[in-house]
Amino acid sequence: MNHFIVPPQTVSLIPLGAAALLALLPGYRLTARLNVVATLATLLAALSLLFEPLRTPGPYLLVDDLNIVFIVLNTFVGFTTSVFSSSYVGHELEIGRLTPRYLRFYHAMYQLLMAAMNAALMANNIGLMWVAIEVATLTTVLMVGIYRTHEALEAAWKYFILGSVGIALALFGTILVYVAAQPVIGEGLQAMVWTKLVANAAYFDPALLNVAFIFLLLGYGTKVGLAPLHAWLPDAHAEGPTPISAVLSGLLLNVALYAVLRFKMLMAANAAAITPGPLMVTMGLASLLFAAFMLYRRRDIKRFFAYSSIEHMGIITFAFGMGGTLANFAGLLQMTLHSLTKSGIFFAVGHIAQAKSTQRIDDIAGLTETHPWLGWGLVVGVVAIAGLPPLGIFMSEFLLVSSTFARAPLLAILLVLGLLVAFGALFLRLNGIAFGEARGVNHPVKASYGPLFAHLALVLAAGLYLPPLLVAWFQHVSQLLG
Amino acid sequence: MPNLAFDTAHLLAGGLVLISFMLLYQDRLTSLLNVYALHALVLALSVAWQARLQNAPHLYVTAGLALGFKAIIIPVALRRIIERLGIHREIETVVGIGPTMLAGMALVGLSMVVMLRVTAGATPIARQDLAFALAVVLLGLLMMVTRRNAVSQVVGFMSLENGLNLAATGARGMPLVVEISVAFSILIAFIVIGIFLFRIRERFDTVDIGALDQARGEHR
Repeated sequence: MNHFIVPPQTVSLIPLGAAALLALLPGYRLTARLNVVATLATLLAALSLLFEPLRTPGPYLLVDDLNIVFIVLNTFVGFTTSVFSSSYVGHELEIGRLTPRYLRFYHAMYQLLMAAMNAALMANNIGLMWVAIEVATLTTVLMVGIYRTHEALEAAWKYFILGSVGIALALFGTILVYVAAQPVIGEGLQAMVWTKLVANAAYFDPALLNVAFIFLLLGYGTKVGLAPLHAWLPDAHAEGPTPISAVLSGLLLNVALYAVLRFKMLMAANAAAITPGPLMVTMGLASLLFAAFMLYRRRDIKRFFAYSSIEHMGIITFAFGMGGTLANFAGLLQMTLHSLTKSGIFFAVGHIAQAKSTQRIDDIAGLTETHPWLGWGLVVGVVAIAGLPPLGIFMSEFLLVSSTFARAPLLAILLVLGLLVAFGALFLRLNGIAFGEARGVNHPVKASYGPLFAHLALVLAAGLYLPPLLVAWFQHVSQLLG
Repeated sequence: MPNLAFDTAHLLAGGLVLISFMLLYQDRLTSLLNVYALHALVLALSVAWQARLQNAPHLYVTAGLALGFKAIIIPVALRRIIERLGIHREIETVVGIGPTMLAGMALVGLSMVVMLRVTAGATPIARQDLAFALAVVLLGLLMMVTRRNAVSQVVGFMSLENGLNLAATGARGMPLVVEISVAFSILIAFIVIGIFLFRIRERFDTVDIGALDQARGEHR
C-alpha cells in the first residue's frame, strides 16, 4: 500500500499553526470554518498514523498502540466539537454573549488546546508531557472565564488555583522520577525518556518511585477530576462555553488519565515498588459514589452532567486500578464510549440551553415536544450514559462488574451501588427535562445535529457490534497496561 | 572545599524554607510582596550556586530569571496593581496565624521525614534540596488555602513554584529545567499581570475571593 508518510508531530503542529492563524483572522464565518478545517486536517493526520509501521521512539515523541487510541479519539472528538462549536458560537454572537474579538481569542485557544493535548498524548518525555498538560490547563482556564460573568470568573479562578496546584504536584513527582532514574540511566535527557525509564525501572529505588507516584497521582488526578480533588470540575463545566465543556469532559480528563496510566506502567515495571492499583481503585470508587449521590442535588443542567463525568472517570480509574486484561479492556472501552457519549450530551445540552435561555433544570421541561430532535437526542444520550442496553456503555460496565465480582465481590457491590444510584438520578432528572408539559421560553435554534447523532450512532454501533479488529487492538493494549 | 559547597547550598535552601515561614505570618500585602521578593532572591542565589557546583551554565538562565523577573518585576507589578485597585492592605486569613504556623512546622517535619528516608541513595546535596523543596512546596500550598485574598494566593503559588525550581535544580543534570522555569514564568506573567486581576477588577470592587463565593451555581 502506498501511503504518505506523516511525521507524528503534524498532529500537534497543524493545530498550532491554525491557532496562530485564527488569532489574526477576523470574521465569524471564515474563522469558524477554518476551525473545522484545521481539526479535520488534524484528524486525518492522526488517522494516517494508524497505517504506518511503528516507529522507533525518539527522545521526545512516541507513537505506540496505547496512545494511538487516545490520539484518534482526541482528534475525532476535537473535529466533531468544532462542527458543533461553529453553530454554537454563531448563536452566542447573535445574542451578544460573545464579541468578535473574544471569538477570535476563543478559536485560537481551541486550537492551542488541541495542539497541547495531542502533544501530551504523544510525549515520550515526561518533562514534555508535563509542559503540554500545563499549556492545556492554561488554555481551558482562559476559555472557562471567557463570558466574564461573575460565575464564569469564579469558576475560572477556582480552576486555575486547583489546576496549578495539581500541575505543581505533578512536576514534583516528575522531578522525583528523574532523581530515581538518574543513578541508573545517567544524567541528562535520557533519564526523562519514558521508554528508557520503563526499560530500566527494575533498578530504580522503589521508595523514591513510591513517593513520586503519590505526587503524580494526586497531581494528574486533580486534572482527571477524582474526588476529593474534583472541586474545580463542575464550575468549569457549567460556566464556560458548552463546546469547552464537551472537550473538557470528553478529552482533557482522558489526557490526564493517560498520564496516570503511563506512570502506572512505570510502577509495574519495578517489582519492589507499591502496586498503584489499590490507590486508583480507592480514588475511583470514592469519586463514583460521591458523584452518584451528588447528582441528586444538582439544579444546573451542565453541572449535572459534569458530576456524571466525575462518576464515569471514577469508574474508568477503578477499572484501570483493578488491572488485568478484562478490567483494562472494560476501562478502555468505557473511556472511549464515555468520551463520545458525554461530548454528544453536551452538544445537545448546549443547544438546549440556548433554546431555553437557561441552564436551570427546573425551567426546562417537555423538550421532546418542543424540540424533538434535541429532546430525543438527549434521551438517547442519557440512556447511553446510564449504561442501559443496547448502547455501548452497558457492555463495558457489564464487563467491569462481572470481572470485579469474580475477583473482589465486596468492591463489586460498592461499584454496583454507585452505578444504580447514578442511574436513578439520571432518569429522575431526564424525566423532568424531556417529558411532561413544556414550560418557559422557546427560542428557535439553528442547531447542528450532525455531531450529536454521529456520536450517538457510534455508541449504539459499539453496543451492537464491535469489529474484531478493534477488539483485538483493545485486547493488545489491555495486555500492555498489565 | 566539599564542605563549603554543601554548607552554602544547605544555607540557601534552608533560608528558603525560613522565608516561606515569614510569608505565612505577614499581615499586610505590601510587606508580603517584599518578603516574596526576598524569597525569589534567595532562590536565585541558590540556583546560581547549583549552576556553579554542577558546572551547568544553562542554570544561570534560571537564576537570572528568578532574580530579574520574580524578585523585581513581579513584586513591582503586583504592588502597582494593589495601588491602582485600591485593595485593602490587610490580608484576611481563613485560619489564625498561630495555627497556621503550627501546621507549617508539622509540614516541614513531614517533608523531612518522608524525603530523607526515601532518598537514601541520592547525593547529600540532592537529598537536602529535595527535602527543603518539598517543605517550601507544602508551605506554599498551606498559604494558598489559608488566604482569602487573590493576590496573596498568587504569592503562595509563586512561592510554591520557587520550591519546585529548587527541587529541579537540585536534581543533578535534569533536562528541561530552564524550559520549565520559563514556562512557569510565562504562566505567572499571564495570570498575575494580565487576565485575572484585570478581569476581576473589571467586574468586582475587590480582589477578595470571598466576594466571588456568593455566586455559586447551586443557589441561583
